Amino acid sequence: MSIPMLRLAKWGLISKRCFSNTTTCESGKTVNLFSAINQALDIALDTDPRSYIFGEDVSFGGVFRCTSGLADRYGKHRVFNTPLCEQGIVGFGIGLAAMICITDRETAQLQKSSLQIISFPLLIRHESLWSQIVNEAAKFRYRSGNQFNCGGLTIRSPYGAVGHGGHYHSQSPESFFCHVPGLKVVIPRSPQQAKGLLLSSIRDPNPVIFFEPKWLYRLAVEEVPEHDYMLPLSEAEVIRQGNDITLVGWGAQLALMEKACDDAEKAGISCELIDLKTLIPWDKETVEASVRKTGKLLVSHEAPVTGGFGAEISASIAERCFSRLEAPVARICGLDTPFPLVFEPFYMPTKNKILDAIKATVNY
Amino acid sequence: MALTRSNLLRPLTTSLYRPFSSTSSDSIITVETSIPFTGHNIEPPSRTVETSSFELLTFFKDMATMRRMEIAADSLYKSKLIRGFCHLYDGQEAVSIGMEAAITRKDCIITAYRDHCIYLGRGGTLVETFAELMGRQAGCSKGKGGSMHFYKKENGFYGGHGIVGAQVPLGCGLAFGQKYNKDEAVTFMMYGDGAANQGQLFEALNMSALWDLPAILVCENNHYGMGTAEWRAAKSAAYYKRGDYVPGLKVDGMDALAVKQACKFAKEHALKNGPIILEMDTYRYHGHSMSDPGSTYRTRDEISGVRQERDPIERIRKLVLSHELATEKELKDIEKEIRKEVDEAIAKAKESPMPEPSELFTNVYVKGFGTESFGADRKEVRAVLL
Repeated sequence: MSIPMLRLAKWGLISKRCFSNTTTCESGKTVNLFSAINQALDIALDTDPRSYIFGEDVSFGGVFRCTSGLADRYGKHRVFNTPLCEQGIVGFGIGLAAMICITDRETAQLQKSSLQIISFPLLIRHESLWSQIVNEAAKFRYRSGNQFNCGGLTIRSPYGAVGHGGHYHSQSPESFFCHVPGLKVVIPRSPQQAKGLLLSSIRDPNPVIFFEPKWLYRLAVEEVPEHDYMLPLSEAEVIRQGNDITLVGWGAQLALMEKACDDAEKAGISCELIDLKTLIPWDKETVEASVRKTGKLLVSHEAPVTGGFGAEISASIAERCFSRLEAPVARICGLDTPFPLVFEPFYMPTKNKILDAIKATVNY
Repeated sequence: MALTRSNLLRPLTTSLYRPFSSTSSDSIITVETSIPFTGHNIEPPSRTVETSSFELLTFFKDMATMRRMEIAADSLYKSKLIRGFCHLYDGQEAVSIGMEAAITRKDCIITAYRDHCIYLGRGGTLVETFAELMGRQAGCSKGKGGSMHFYKKENGFYGGHGIVGAQVPLGCGLAFGQKYNKDEAVTFMMYGDGAANQGQLFEALNMSALWDLPAILVCENNHYGMGTAEWRAAKSAAYYKRGDYVPGLKVDGMDALAVKQACKFAKEHALKNGPIILEMDTYRYHGHSMSDPGSTYRTRDEISGVRQERDPIERIRKLVLSHELATEKELKDIEKEIRKEVDEAIAKAKESPMPEPSELFTNVYVKGFGTESFGADRKEVRAVLL
């Protein structure tokens, strides 16, 4: 089940996409995903004195070590543990974000907006957060006629399979949150991406849910610039150019898709691979432009196929490029079962499933 | 009573217990609990507990079996035969054992994810436990649940839940059902000190008090919610007082006889007057789960101190020895026997096959989807699973 992470390391990504004080990757150290996240959080705390990190076990580093050392560096008043009460934590975060926005409204432009980051060590408790995130956070700006907002709020949470996580801890709930206007959903594919996207999410004046691929915390390793840089939200990236078929994915799934693209290439099929990065609001133009070129589309994600975000992409592209499509849109996703424990390998949208679908779509 | 509920040792009862018949097995032994109970809005029960030679030896054997099972699960996990999440109960055995000694199988128990020993206490077998842990067909959830999802419906064990605190409101429903059916039985809703800070706990508390449900909220206070000490997470760590209008009792959860006394008392109270909180002061020797070494947020001295001073098995061992119910050697022999029993159970569990691939699609709805597609990786996947 190894994923060729060297491939991830090869994806150049910063050069053309930096939109703030980014320069090209010069002084990067090779780090893994959780260290990259740690760097981003460190920078966020350092550059804005009104930033806080709180969540379950964060003050001693969190289950995945993403917040290691931050409590020592910035103090327990800014990096602190909460009780195990997710609904309360999110509500608390929304209130704090709203409060800072009122007193400091004039500085609410990018870079200077207040922020805090909630960290959840495990992906087990979304259901109890649901009401706070969906009703309180997402609609705050709208229902108050723009008097209040909690744009400073960023919720970090791991997602996805790790090979043996079982029923609760392996789920990919991104599409639930994509159904809530007012939220942004961001998922990085690699350490370098994670750092830039997390800083953007933190500084974005809207509430963001930032899903981190659990599988990649230690596995994904690449050079990450040490300085402060941001990668734009709602901009997809073509990470592999091709002419025969467009593949769209995000997060950990991209590594498998990349592998499938390699195998397809051996069979003479040239694939274009797009990392969506931000699921909502998503970059339809980049995907559309690619499908107009290739005429075929495949979407892949770990979440169950029915009602997954792949369905939305498929429908939107069918609307926009109906006459250009040469084959039905293929969706290679998790099965419509609860996330299984012993059956995980069956459930997963594996490389060979993707490869078969590439061939079937191209030969349609 | 103890005779009828002895479950872990049924196959061995005759062979193992004959040597100890110097004291008649039904003769009553009176013991004081380690410390007095502390009550909240209720007069606590007496410290004097009645037990018997048979019960004490059963406690010893059952707890030693649980301990051995959890240690074995630890090594199976480390050798990757158990995957996923795994939360061990060693140190807390007296809670399960004492509770079972006071109640019947008509009473319900519902707990969170630290459930292996509760399952065993409810009449589960070692083979079913290990098979479930390793995801085999012979497991109590047919290998589909894993460590966090053990159930035994016929014995009133409702699992086995993975979300912190989420099982407690479910317990209210069970208690309501018991009351509605006039079962004269109660529900034990178990949760940890971490979950005690969950909002849904208070929702459950209110409902059970409002409707006078026969509900007993058992807070297993092992003093750490994951890696956070109780005082860092709770303004008031007196969990037995957290119910405000619901009475509570603080119990030494390392003393199986105190737990038995408290559960007996609580059951009588709950049937007559509605809910009560039992705070069991206990300790887990292992970390929160297998990814937690358990030593970053507490000292090794603290752990070894508890082992020396308060260990639930050692307490019973001392009682057995001081009442001359068995010799030190006989207890050692029992432990050896248990070790063998556990090893045999593991071997047997390993013989059980993985679930059939088609099981992936069963139990999602009443009827299957009619889909059985394994995609391109079918062959390779088979190789991994078998």
